[in-house]
Amino acid sequence: MMIDSWLHPSLILICGALLLPFIKGMPRRAFLVLIPVLTFIDIWQFSPHGTFAVVNVMDWQLTFGRIDRLSQVFGYIMSLMCIIGTIYGLHVKDDLQHIAAWFYVAGSLGAIYAGDYLVLFLFWELMAFSSVFLVWFRGREQSLATGYRYLLVHTAGGLILLCGFVLRYKATGDLSFTLMDVTHPQLYTYLIMCGLILNAAVPPLHSWLPDAYGEATVTGAVFMCAFTTKTAIYALARSCAGMEILVPLGVVMALYGVVYAVLENDCRRLLAWHIISQVGYMVAGVGIGTELAINGACAHAFAHILYKGLLFMGCGSVLHMTGKSKFTELGGLYKKMPRTFVFTLIGGLSISAFPLFSGFVSKSMIIAAGFEEHILWAGFLLTLASAGTFLHTGLKVPYFIWFGKNNCSDETWEKAEDPPWNMQVAMGMASFLCIFIGCYTAYLYDMLPNPVDYHPYTAYHLSETMQILLFTALGFFLLIKKLTPEPTISIDLDWFYRKGGRAFLWMAKKPLQFIDTCVGEIYRVIGLVPLMTVAGFWSWFDWHAIDGVVDGVARSVRCIGSSVRHAQSGQLQYNIFWAVTIAASLLLTYVFA
Amino acid sequence: MIVELIDYLRDRLKSVIKICYGVLASLVVIDAIPSIVDKHHAHTWVEHYPGFWALFGFVACVLIIILSKWFGHQGIMTREDYYDD
Repeated sequence: MMIDSWLHPSLILICGALLLPFIKGMPRRAFLVLIPVLTFIDIWQFSPHGTFAVVNVMDWQLTFGRIDRLSQVFGYIMSLMCIIGTIYGLHVKDDLQHIAAWFYVAGSLGAIYAGDYLVLFLFWELMAFSSVFLVWFRGREQSLATGYRYLLVHTAGGLILLCGFVLRYKATGDLSFTLMDVTHPQLYTYLIMCGLILNAAVPPLHSWLPDAYGEATVTGAVFMCAFTTKTAIYALARSCAGMEILVPLGVVMALYGVVYAVLENDCRRLLAWHIISQVGYMVAGVGIGTELAINGACAHAFAHILYKGLLFMGCGSVLHMTGKSKFTELGGLYKKMPRTFVFTLIGGLSISAFPLFSGFVSKSMIIAAGFEEHILWAGFLLTLASAGTFLHTGLKVPYFIWFGKNNCSDETWEKAEDPPWNMQVAMGMASFLCIFIGCYTAYLYDMLPNPVDYHPYTAYHLSETMQILLFTALGFFLLIKKLTPEPTISIDLDWFYRKGGRAFLWMAKKPLQFIDTCVGEIYRVIGLVPLMTVAGFWSWFDWHAIDGVVDGVARSVRCIGSSVRHAQSGQLQYNIFWAVTIAASLLLTYVFA
Repeated sequence: MIVELIDYLRDRLKSVIKICYGVLASLVVIDAIPSIVDKHHAHTWVEHYPGFWALFGFVACVLIIILSKWFGHQGIMTREDYYDD
């Protein structure tokens, strides 16, 4: 079925971004809200299923719009988050930040609606190249280096994806972005998977995430935490559902994020580690691949975008107001920023899967799918990771920012207060949705790609969840001294390219430069002297021999010319005389010789 | 209002803690009553023990904190200017 009347939502955002610099004054704020709202309405209101915007380029048929239940649920939440993120950043006067964010969302939506790998790749790269500006605009000295690292890693990931689908095209002649034959994986299947899981931040391809999200601007991080990893989950659910290797990868991811979150001192980096942990559930869900698991992965992505956005908005507000994001420089702020505390707590309870909050109705679907498929180890380990989630995001973040020991300097304490109204409105919207999803499950479940026959609010599930969470809280308060933040950073796998890059620079500076100097010296002594001698000879030869010959010829010609000039008096009779004389002489010579 | 509520609870911290312990205990007790918590759909046999998930949550929390901190202190946690040289 072809649909021509569908307007690509990315187009609205891109046009809006290009028009934004020309809109000043009061209409600018209205325009900032209008464009994401129009994008959301475009997705929500006009959503026929089928394909649209099919373009023929050379031998390929490019599909820019493939609408089905899977792309719709992701398109819906992405555009909704764009509204919340833009309202959160409404006070930002720098147009470029909004433009970068909208291009980034456009990239994400383009990738979600892409029907083939070429279009996917185009928007995939648009996401990477626009989101890097959200890091660079932080404007700190380290932002530049972080941005470049982010870009390099994503460019490498993009190339792996490109290799994968080019090899697949060569082998099968198929460019369409659909479920691959995961039961008989080929090299290209793994390459495509690697390209996608890099964006989902699966270890060992994950270090870019805490690196970049901890360094992004306050509003930039709110956008970044929502789009890149969840677009990757969509792409994995689309192409790699049921790929068994994703189950262990997802479980490792869920635990890896938890371990590093214990060690983290920066609140936004801690939240970034928990993105890795939470996306681990989704990756595992895609790997399990059953209808319930895919539903769980989508539902969890949906809920995650909202509560993680809310948590980044809460911690971002603290950073925005105080300029600090480290636990060792914060504490005791509940009197100064009470509303931000409540919003962040709602985010924390949602991510921890407390009953009546969004995580409760989404995360448990994935764990239940694991148990139903009898992958018990995955079910238990994912449950263990969920205890870690509550430990950090539900307890550690609120406790060490709003309670605990007050580590604030006088200046920080003075600056601390609830953020501007627009930031509070955005947090309020996200908080409402987190609770709404948790209480009214049909809202989310009706959007999921497969029919839902799952009921989270059973007595057993409630009892299980409350026991895990509250006894985790008991452990937290008993071991709270162990969790006292330390002003450190944690070495991760980015060590290899950060220190590796330095090793390369050192190689270039020290041994290579030494070799270069030696070669230069040897060249000077051995090469240069004979060369100068040879050059001297050739110079002499040129001067005396070549120039001698050339100049000699020239001089002779000039001499002859001069003589001839003198001979040429211009009088016709002399010319005739000489001509006849020479002709006669030649004739006589010929006759008598 | 939020601040007042928090201060009210902080002023009565001992009572709050007692109530929390009461809640924890009642969770395990409720878990042991089959007419309230139907464990028919539990996936493994261990889940049938009352308070299994309470123990699981507590052990998980302690393990995560101790093992992660041990791992961190093996040289993973380092000074903040480590990459600045």
